[in-house]
Amino acid sequence: MTLCAAFIPYSVYVYTHGTEVSHIRAMTDEARHGQQLFQEFNCIACHQFYGLGGYMGPDLTNVISNRGPAYARAFLVSGTQRMPKFNLNESELDALVAYLEFVDTTGRYPADDYRINWYGTVVQSDE
Amino acid sequence: MMNDNRDMIGLQFLRLGMLALAAGMFFGVIGGFQFLFPEFLRELLFTKTRPLHVSLVVSWIFLAAIGGIYYYLVNQCKLKLFSPRAANWHFWIFLVTGLAILACYFAGRFGGREYFEYPAVLSIPIFLSWIIFGVNYFKTVFKSSEPWPVYYWMWGTGIVFFFITFSEAYLWLIPYFRESMVREITVQWKSYGALTGSWNMLVYGTAIFVASRISEDPQIARSKMAYGLYFLGLFNLMFGWAHHVYLVPAAPWLRTLAYAVSMTELLVLGKILWDWRASLASYQIHKHCNAYRFLFAADIWIFINLILALVISVPAWNLYTHGTHITVAHAMGSTIGINTMILLASVFFVIREELPVEVHSGCSKQVTFGYWMANVSLAVFFVSLILAGLGKGFYGGGSFQEMMLSIWPFLLVFAVSGVTLMLGIWIVLFSAVRLINLRLSPASGGALATEY
Repeated sequence: MTLCAAFIPYSVYVYTHGTEVSHIRAMTDEARHGQQLFQEFNCIACHQFYGLGGYMGPDLTNVISNRGPAYARAFLVSGTQRMPKFNLNESELDALVAYLEFVDTTGRYPADDYRINWYGTVVQSDE
Repeated sequence: MMNDNRDMIGLQFLRLGMLALAAGMFFGVIGGFQFLFPEFLRELLFTKTRPLHVSLVVSWIFLAAIGGIYYYLVNQCKLKLFSPRAANWHFWIFLVTGLAILACYFAGRFGGREYFEYPAVLSIPIFLSWIIFGVNYFKTVFKSSEPWPVYYWMWGTGIVFFFITFSEAYLWLIPYFRESMVREITVQWKSYGALTGSWNMLVYGTAIFVASRISEDPQIARSKMAYGLYFLGLFNLMFGWAHHVYLVPAAPWLRTLAYAVSMTELLVLGKILWDWRASLASYQIHKHCNAYRFLFAADIWIFINLILALVISVPAWNLYTHGTHITVAHAMGSTIGINTMILLASVFFVIREELPVEVHSGCSKQVTFGYWMANVSLAVFFVSLILAGLGKGFYGGGSFQEMMLSIWPFLLVFAVSGVTLMLGIWIVLFSAVRLINLRLSPASGGALATEY
């Protein structure tokens, strides 16, 4: 019973303050549409955000700041040997790039500025 | 031998589960080769083969655990199932929903959430089936006049927490969660971590049940160690999930807490099974040879996975292992090496109990061959994934394609050992399904008597 009693406030904390990140900007309608398309095409089967997803393709968390929106768009338009060409229209391409731009603002992956404590935990510079 | 309908539902779940495992491994092998040769079966994209593989294999775990629970409650614990009709509804809802999910995958209709890649509307019948199962389970075990052995607690907890965590996995449908990337991904993996904990409750409860029955020592399921495992498992289920999201910028103490509680439950389970093996007389091993050997294999895989789990739970090492094939090695080692071995032990225990005449004591040659083929292949498969993961984790270049080329030899070994792993498991399943069919079709009884 004690465990269950602790689990409820703990979960509420995770749903609220524990995942409150002030620097993330609000999602635009276009990014929302992109998120929906990302799920409809099941992109997570091959790609990852924060290292979570399939390993057929690269992690996309910071593809925009690392490579630029034009690079991401070019892959979406023509596909690759590993990624099929999805025949997306202009509006869909814009939406997916907008979604990737939104994801890019949420954090850095892999961590590039961090220190490791003696007991093995990792502290990133923005924490 | 009982021929009424009461005990058939458990066997039907087990049989369906084995078919799901056989099919799931097939799609896993196709996906493995698509890693190497992206043009391979281009019509069946990796976006389809991956969810086909994952959903079918996860279905196997749930179906086999549920089938065992139905079977054990009625036939071993001698409880009257609260509602056999509800159990039948449970089976048919599971089957029809499963077929609808597979059809959606083949048709390319996705909900696009990792592990739950089917359209979200199909989660409704899944919820419904678990409500039916939960009511039926608790109404049945509440009839027991004795204090509950630990497996009743574990099964009940697994059912309740499946419901909680499966609900949590769909919080993304609410914009408050969906529109904050950090919240969405953190809650998603909180739910997945706990969901895995809930199925582990079902599977580990089954392991303790089978171990206590083979050894004919009910105290195994009533010992302080067994209850210690249960509480530790529950603690892990609730608070030990955050190693999945060490690098997501959520509150740091969530990660530190998860680091502290990680993986202690496996250690205790290993201790229980180790003690149990030491206490067995040779005739008991011989009588339940197949079930015993699969539990033995699970015991070995627990220790191997424990070491890997501890390594990847250290945040400083997780920096290099996260997002690599080492995570896949951990997942495969756990679902095949631990869960599948325990559930196959349960299947063969049920078979031995159901067919005491047709299945003689001792291990059959066919199962022995499949058992060794599967376990040796799994070892190669596991090591190749770790090497591929190390290659990816320590890759210093900038190109994804070059990184994939650098780990290609390990992925080739992974794909080939995946084929032999599948064949080994298929050989075992073929034998088990044939025997269960024998029980489900009494008219053909005795047909295998000379072989086993």
